[in-house]
Amino acid sequence: MSGLDPTIGHSPSGASCARSRHEHGHALPILHEIRHALERLLASGEETRIDLHSMPFGPGDLERLTAVLGSGEVQARVEALGPTLIRETAIPGVWLVDYRGLEDQRLSYQIEIAAIPEILRPRPEDLAESLGALEDRLSESGLDAAAPNASPPSS
Amino acid sequence: MRKRSDKTLGESLRDHGLSRRGFLKLCATTASLMALPPSMAPAIAAALEQARRPSVIWLSFQECTGCTESLTRAHAPTLEDLILDFISLDYHHTLQAASGEAAEAARLQAMEENRGQYLVIVDGSIPGPDANPGFSTVAGHSNYSILMETVEHAAAVIAVGTCAAFGGLPQANPNPTGAMSVMDLVRDKPVINVPGCPPIPMVITGVIAHYLIFGRLPELDSYGRPLAFYGQSIHDRCYRRPFYDKGLFAESFDDEGAKLGWCLYRLGCKGPTTYNACATMKWNDGTSWPVEAGHPCLGCSEPRFWDAGGFYEPVSVPLTLGPTTLLGAGAAGAVVGGGLAALSRKKGRDAAATRQPVTVDELEQKL
Repeated sequence: MSGLDPTIGHSPSGASCARSRHEHGHALPILHEIRHALERLLASGEETRIDLHSMPFGPGDLERLTAVLGSGEVQARVEALGPTLIRETAIPGVWLVDYRGLEDQRLSYQIEIAAIPEILRPRPEDLAESLGALEDRLSESGLDAAAPNASPPSS
Repeated sequence: MRKRSDKTLGESLRDHGLSRRGFLKLCATTASLMALPPSMAPAIAAALEQARRPSVIWLSFQECTGCTESLTRAHAPTLEDLILDFISLDYHHTLQAASGEAAEAARLQAMEENRGQYLVIVDGSIPGPDANPGFSTVAGHSNYSILMETVEHAAAVIAVGTCAAFGGLPQANPNPTGAMSVMDLVRDKPVINVPGCPPIPMVITGVIAHYLIFGRLPELDSYGRPLAFYGQSIHDRCYRRPFYDKGLFAESFDDEGAKLGWCLYRLGCKGPTTYNACATMKWNDGTSWPVEAGHPCLGCSEPRFWDAGGFYEPVSVPLTLGPTTLLGAGAAGAVVGGGLAALSRKKGRDAAATRQPVTVDELEQKL
């Protein structure tokens, strides 16, 4: 029996007793799924998304899963239709993506196994418009027109 | 400038200033909402970009408004999203601003302008054609006649809540109002059942989103319920299932087993015979659900759940017919159902031709 199996008996210590109330053994299959997804990412570059909202988690299962995955170096926040919080886990290539609504309620919670989470990448349509957007901003700023005659400010 | 209803959903969302990342997020959360794998998000994005908002007419009959209460607590998409972006909600007693004759005119106008393409959502059961129509009327017309008139040119009908899907509480013994379900009465249109007392709000919006994205109704089970949400039993998806498998049961609500979160089967849990998505989608923005709160499942998404014995009696026999029985019944039902459908259609036509508003005096005489 691993430490992630459901705890079904009484435990002598206080800490173990608390664990027995908060573990139902559902984190382990997800961790195995992540392992297979990582193997696919390494072998062929195939990305995987796992929707944690559709998992029959009991109280404490999600906390156990995220505790095992740990925290990495990267945290990001995307502001589009409410915040989306992205956190790298201690395992490179495994990300927690927390989609939240305008009132900060959770819409979906997913594990993404990829080099970079999809929502962090600029959309191809946006990239195609990026040069035009920069030129528009340059002309609005007036810096472009002033540049040839500009002289450094005197001290 | 084009009318709002002429625009695709993608155009409408861009008019609202939604960025492409925001659109991607909407698609990712919609896939989650519809119980589809996250990898479906690009396909959903392509479909939503081209989708047009369907006209929706919501009819409320013998109900408690709990189903509408549930819908207004959907968080993805929110009710505002649904009304403003996903659908054109043209008639709903509780939510619409218009009242009286103007409200009924809105229903008739939506039916005329969207003939053959509008969706009808029904909550509440209906006093059948042989029942006293006075038990439930709207604008002086019986629920039955309004239902049959409205569905005549509908694309499909969605029965929301156990009352509309299976008769529910009004149909419980002795069924004083002669309550019938939508599928008892509507035989010549696709009927999709979204039972529950009330249904999970995300399931209601998920079914509508599925129709919007794929242009057709989702795959259904024997009771007309979408398999994506009702395909597995509460028991099979319950986080307490490992305790059932090990024979560990709570025997009372305050014993050690209950405190340790063991299986609630012996306290009357109807999870083994109930098909719904509570165990995974949960309630109150995914906070919890009855079993997680320590209460057995009542089986509210199953037919005749009010008359299926005590809520706190353990399940000993199936509450509903098994798949094998249903298969046999389905073969016989195809023949019987055809006859009933013809009869039902004739009754509908007769009722429409002779329909008369019910007066207060008539009601008092019949009651």
